[in-house]
Amino acid sequence: MRRWMQILRMPAAVLAAGLLLAGCASSSSGSTGAHKAPNIPMAKSVGNGEGQLNIVVWAGYAEDGSDDPKVNWVTPFEQQTGCKVNAKIGDTSDQMVSLMKTGQYDGVSASGDATLRLIYGGDVAPVNTNLVPNYKTVSSFLKNGNWNSVNGQMYGIPHGWGANLLMWDKQRVPGNLDSWSAVFDKSSQYKGKVTAYDSPIYIADAALYLMATKPDLGIKDPYSLTSKQLDAAVSLLKEQHSNIGEYWSSYTKAVQAFESGTSEVGTTWQVIANLINSDKKTTVETVLPKEGATGWSDTWMISSKAKHPNCMYKWMNWIISPTANAQVAEWFGEAPAQTLACQHTSDPKFCDGYHAMDAQYAAKIHYWTTPQTQCVDGKGNDCTDYSTWTTKWQEVKG
Amino acid sequence: MDHEVARGQGVAAAAPAGVEFGRRGAASAFFAAKRRTRLALLLVPPMAWLIIAYLGAIAALLVSSLWTVDSFTSNVIHSYTTANLHEVISQPLYRTVAFRTIVVALAVTVIDAVIAFPMAFYMSMVAGPRLRRFLVVAVLTPLWASYLVKAYAWRTLLAPSGPLSWASSGHTPGYGQTAIIATLAYMWLPFMVLPVYAGFERMPRTLLEASADLGAGGWRTVRSVIVPLVFPAIAAGSIFTFSLTLGDYIAVGIVGGKTQLIANVISDQVTLNQPLAAAISIIPLLAIVLYLVGMRRTGALENV
Repeated sequence: MRRWMQILRMPAAVLAAGLLLAGCASSSSGSTGAHKAPNIPMAKSVGNGEGQLNIVVWAGYAEDGSDDPKVNWVTPFEQQTGCKVNAKIGDTSDQMVSLMKTGQYDGVSASGDATLRLIYGGDVAPVNTNLVPNYKTVSSFLKNGNWNSVNGQMYGIPHGWGANLLMWDKQRVPGNLDSWSAVFDKSSQYKGKVTAYDSPIYIADAALYLMATKPDLGIKDPYSLTSKQLDAAVSLLKEQHSNIGEYWSSYTKAVQAFESGTSEVGTTWQVIANLINSDKKTTVETVLPKEGATGWSDTWMISSKAKHPNCMYKWMNWIISPTANAQVAEWFGEAPAQTLACQHTSDPKFCDGYHAMDAQYAAKIHYWTTPQTQCVDGKGNDCTDYSTWTTKWQEVKG
Repeated sequence: MDHEVARGQGVAAAAPAGVEFGRRGAASAFFAAKRRTRLALLLVPPMAWLIIAYLGAIAALLVSSLWTVDSFTSNVIHSYTTANLHEVISQPLYRTVAFRTIVVALAVTVIDAVIAFPMAFYMSMVAGPRLRRFLVVAVLTPLWASYLVKAYAWRTLLAPSGPLSWASSGHTPGYGQTAIIATLAYMWLPFMVLPVYAGFERMPRTLLEASADLGAGGWRTVRSVIVPLVFPAIAAGSIFTFSLTLGDYIAVGIVGGKTQLIANVISDQVTLNQPLAAAISIIPLLAIVLYLVGMRRTGALENV
């Protein structure tokens, strides 16, 4: 007994000393208060490639032929520029933000709920669009957006955009679905087989559904929720939770869950449906439901600590070149940002299907954006911020 | 040719070795005189490792739990607040998840102990030397397979149209808490069997004969002689199974369906709010400390 106490005394003293030391070491940077984009220099020219490129990407954005030999726009880039591409797949925007904070990556394909966090966090640098020749022909409604620019300064190169879709297994779920009610109000008929995206941003999907079904809640924008509106969305998600089989936090998990019959209906990205249908273990169908949808508008951003900035600029120009942008858009299932890409798609009607040139259609999708106390739709400052959403999302999962 | 070279090297190597020997003799004479220096030199490397790498990491974790983050950019702000600790205590969510985690950890421990006890008994007391060697290897073999492979094997096993569903005509537990307990109990079993087996090996066989001579039946011998003697070994094994379960989130993510344990909550928070994640991780830390203290109370750690 006494011997034990003696052994324990030493580490306890060390622990206390460690706490004390750390206490003395820091306390420099205080609260940031109002957000201002940090002053980070912009590139003035693009030189020769550095031989390597480390990027954080959404699944399907940097295909090198390993998923499908015909789907490959990384190898030609490597051959032309000498930049060897090392792509790390990010499963959620939160993960992408945290990966970019490590400073080990040159760039990222950030969605709208990550872009501003990265800009104001000082993790990405402004982009000199003059150094990206293909930027000129990018759809004008994607330029100088409030998610990818600050005071008229672009912080990235638009990549493409699309909606989160409702997917179901055609062999196990009869009929055609056209409403998100399949995963909310009527989800009990698929009890244990419903799936949902495992990220706090999915709360917006519930809010969007409430926007259409419960107008008296007064939700105008799924990312600007007062605490009352947030609670309504959360209780809808808790109801849904009892019918969920499992959540999907990565595209591989979603593919596997549908192929094994673990999940039968739920939210998805088109690329997941394409992968499932190409594996031929089951067939799935996707639809953009009548209530509308949340979606994403992605932007290639360059890290403020990029070790291979020239390669990153070359990549940003390459990925929105007409052929590469057409390839990635068709593989992922999204509208390309590059207007000239539509002439290079293997399916000539591809761009019409995704309304690629239709600014009005694009305006109807509720793009992922980071909720803040200053309501993102500009309707006041009584909204709930993303950290509240995160806590609530944990509560939903229980 | 090769031979020559080798021999040449041998001769060359032999000469300095002799010189070395003389120097070494002086060194050992020096250390023989100074016992305290010798002890210090012997203890410094492991103590430094323990303090810097092990306790230092825990100290850093505890300190970072007092920091906070910018709720928008997720940048860590190095100003001190107990808000994170307060949230961990006041949020019912963390209590629910912590309780669930401890229930799972105890269930895994009990299942492993119940399986390991007769298994180790058989291996040590009944099986012949050849069979015993085979059984030890059989217990160790799963440790050679990758953790992920084993977890995905259970995912396949429990799938809606998987082998278990087929064998039981649809009566599988599916993914969830039961699946987590089964998978983790399977994965940590060797960590229980080996200490218990070692405990049986240490037990004097004569005690069993003495017990029989005094008229005790089989059950009585197990209850009054064997269990008290191997209990420290079971306790040692249970520390592995309990603490490994507290920290697991990968297998839980694979077979747990929508069920989450405390480590999943931590890993979810780490990307957004590292200080809060650090604060939550104090829960399993406390749980394992309490478990160790409880084990010590039973006297299980005295002889380990």
